[in-house]
Amino acid sequence: MLTTIFGRLSLESFPIHEPIVLGTFIGVAILGVALLGAVTYFRLWGYLWSEWFTSVDHKKIGIMYMILGIVMLLRGFADALMMRLQQAIAFGGSDGYLNAHHYDQIFSAHGTIMIFFVAIPLVVGIINYVMPLQIGARDVAFPFLNNLSFWLTVAGAALVMVSLFVGEFSRAGWLNYVPVANLQNSPDTGPDYYLWALQIAGIGTLLSGINMVVTLLKMRAPGMSMMKMPVFCWTALCSNVLVIAIFPVLTAAFAMLMLDRYVGTDFFTNDLGGNPMMYWNLVWIWGHPEVYVLVLPVFGIFSEITSTFSGKPLFGYSSMVYATVVITILSFLVWLHHFFTMGSGASVNSFFGIATMVISIPTGAKIFNWLFTMYRGRIRFELPMMWVVAFLLTFTVGGMTGVLLAVPPADFVLHNSLFLVAHFHNVIIGGVVFGLFAGMTYWFPKAFGFRLDPFWGKVSFWGWVIGYWVAWTPIYVVGLMGTTRRVRHFDDPSLQIWFVIALIGAAIILVGILAFIIQIAVSIKNREALRDTTGDPWDARTLEWSISSPPPAYNFAFTPIVHTLDTWHDMKERGAKTPASGYRAIHMPRNTGAGVILSGLALALGFAMVWYIWWLAAVSAVGLFVVAIGHTFNYNRDYHIPADEVAAGEAARLAVEG
Amino acid sequence: MSASETTHDHADHGTRRGYLIGFLLSAVLTAIPFWLVMNHVIADAQATALAIFAFAFVQIIVHTIFFLHVNTRSEGGWTLMALIFTVVIIAIVISGSLWIMYHLNSNMMPMTAGDMTGH
Amino acid sequence: MTTHADTDIDRDAFYVTEEEHHDADGATALGFWIYLMSDALIFATLFAAYGVLGTSYAGGPAPRQIFELPLVALNTTFLLLSSITFGMAAIDSHAGKVRSTQVWLVITALFGIAFVGVELHEFAGLIAEGATPQRSAFLSAFFTLVGTHGLHVSFGLVWIAVMLVQIGQRGLIPANKRRLMCLGMFWHLLDVVWIGVFTFVYLLGVVR
Repeated sequence: MLTTIFGRLSLESFPIHEPIVLGTFIGVAILGVALLGAVTYFRLWGYLWSEWFTSVDHKKIGIMYMILGIVMLLRGFADALMMRLQQAIAFGGSDGYLNAHHYDQIFSAHGTIMIFFVAIPLVVGIINYVMPLQIGARDVAFPFLNNLSFWLTVAGAALVMVSLFVGEFSRAGWLNYVPVANLQNSPDTGPDYYLWALQIAGIGTLLSGINMVVTLLKMRAPGMSMMKMPVFCWTALCSNVLVIAIFPVLTAAFAMLMLDRYVGTDFFTNDLGGNPMMYWNLVWIWGHPEVYVLVLPVFGIFSEITSTFSGKPLFGYSSMVYATVVITILSFLVWLHHFFTMGSGASVNSFFGIATMVISIPTGAKIFNWLFTMYRGRIRFELPMMWVVAFLLTFTVGGMTGVLLAVPPADFVLHNSLFLVAHFHNVIIGGVVFGLFAGMTYWFPKAFGFRLDPFWGKVSFWGWVIGYWVAWTPIYVVGLMGTTRRVRHFDDPSLQIWFVIALIGAAIILVGILAFIIQIAVSIKNREALRDTTGDPWDARTLEWSISSPPPAYNFAFTPIVHTLDTWHDMKERGAKTPASGYRAIHMPRNTGAGVILSGLALALGFAMVWYIWWLAAVSAVGLFVVAIGHTFNYNRDYHIPADEVAAGEAARLAVEG
Repeated sequence: MSASETTHDHADHGTRRGYLIGFLLSAVLTAIPFWLVMNHVIADAQATALAIFAFAFVQIIVHTIFFLHVNTRSEGGWTLMALIFTVVIIAIVISGSLWIMYHLNSNMMPMTAGDMTGH
Repeated sequence: MTTHADTDIDRDAFYVTEEEHHDADGATALGFWIYLMSDALIFATLFAAYGVLGTSYAGGPAPRQIFELPLVALNTTFLLLSSITFGMAAIDSHAGKVRSTQVWLVITALFGIAFVGVELHEFAGLIAEGATPQRSAFLSAFFTLVGTHGLHVSFGLVWIAVMLVQIGQRGLIPANKRRLMCLGMFWHLLDVVWIGVFTFVYLLGVVR
């Protein structure tokens, strides 16, 4: 009877005997109750629901993606600190404070969260906010889909968070490797949580990819040919094309593993003809291009910032575009370098090794383009530009260790070592994370109407940059000496000092993260002093800076006409004036709660399937179907902002700008 | 503006004649490979396999043109561009996987496919 | 693509001041097409899995022993016929003929139901013989690939039913025509996938 109602969920599923988890749970519960209480007390539910949760405005969805990414960054970083602490103390006789079972879950959760629920939401969030403004559009091509994509990502993140307190997470690494994740080796809920969370979030990411690509192809302002798009839009296009091409492969691979675990098929099993290495093959067909999904938009961010703060057009715009397109294609020809040691032999390894080395050429071209943009420019070293320079120095080292790993014989030595772990943290922190902070600092005034406080921004900057080098240089060193990854305890005491240094580095990064949060709080407090009334605080060059900060719901009262690459710069040079009359009613999409409801049902379905609660799974699956079909019967999806309302808003804006 | 006019720039909807030509072609292109295999027309298995691949390839193109109405003009060429990109990726995913896994099996499993009988 | 060509634009005009036209049909058509491309990649992955695992019989049955080509030929016929009948529905919808659009859609759905029925019959037969998805990697890959296609057809049937209701309620308004166009692309893409299935799974399986 109880099994019918609760499936395999029982009192033992709650980790009441694990003091660390229990303590975290109590902390999170207190914070959560306080937050919910505050929202209720200040009567914010109605506001949040109608203005934010159900919003189809790309700007609000972009901001919500950023909040999700930052919240999950805190969770992912907490995991990182726990691992660093464990590895710094677990030497010789000391066993550290985490048992193997727990430690394996932490490194799996850390990787999963940082890629899927930090990096992806932050990148998607910035694209969502900035790209439509840069192409002079009023929204994305499919505004409702955009809302649904966001909430599906939230549902996936929520499922991962639930696994912390109800049952357990996967112990099979961030890609849920078989054979560890096979049913016979992990009969627990861990891999199921992983699979359902990522399937749900993956659908969101795929839909968002389609949405952004169609927006870029169909909704550019008149005159903006492909070669007049800002570089950030080009990189967003290539990144989202990659999303559309790779996420189906991941979905199919995960679906096969799900069938193995739920139905008993033999895709990735060790017997009855199954082949675990086929899983590795498929997940890395997704995995390598995914690196470029994250890093290409960040390259776009760096390009915009370098050009703005050097006061020059970007050097080699077309070579930048071609390099981006070439990387997009080449990123599909390198995946085997993640498993050179599998044993496919010399011919296969040579092909993928050479392809991997080739891909560093367009990336190198980009580095030179940024340097030449800065050359003889009037560089203003404001915070976004500081991130660019830190990126150039840090990322280049990561690129070089990457080329080193691309040589198959070298990889046979370094595979699965901490050298590899240091390499990909070098490119992801030094590339993606630095770029996201640069982008957040750069576009924050556009989104909120005031700048971020520069002092705390600099503290955060130095915390991240110094912390990165202190934390990861020792890991390169021990990795080169042969220390393997995913290890909880070391026997050789001579290594301990390196891990202690790495722990200190992680603590310095913590300072960077805390300073970032303080920076936001201080900026909100001093928002009047930091206010941007011009809409163009950095003297920038692209269209998003031609409108007020924050922009009105409809973005552009009059759609701009594009003549050159740096349109806004051209408009300023030639003294373009926005018309002050002749406004027209603007056609806008209506808000809808369908996205929240569908994602809530998806979350219930995922939870029910993880715990074998079949009745709930059936109910939520039917619910998903009914709500989705019901939504198609709603034909009343848009409205018009009347012309006099537009006129009033624009008049207020012009009055502020003076 | 008339709705039919705006939709007309985007896609060819095909004509009755176009659908009938497509249907007849695909019926023939389906019938021949079935006939080849079911009646063992060609003695050599490999030649038969190559022949049915060729028919499938042609039939997929027929369907793409006559039923899916893909041409160089629809959506400013982006439809065709998306299709070509997808075909390239499909080719990479399938041929790459087969190549990698074939070499893996021949290097790491010293048995023929017929011997792989689990336990 | 924006409809304005570069040459139309006045060098000194910075803003569009006349009435603007939003191209919803074009965006939807392109967006749905791109979604179909991603769906094609799911099938490509399942084909890749079938290609790699399709000879791992694990001592169980091989294709030659279990595939019944006459049944597959029958199914292929159903699907091809449903394509041409869908084409007729599409043509009539553009002519604004509500009644005959609905009739052709119903005929299409009947062929689709027949297809799914035959496939279920085939699966039931295989499972009764002991050729279950759990028996070997070959059978896992076979059932998953063919079953995913069958699920897509079933989903298409639900969509046709919804479409019939919506056309009945509101007639062939632009929004419904747009949906019918997407449904058409979906249905015809399933044909293309099926060409791959009958060639690479059934015919090739019996040949080798």
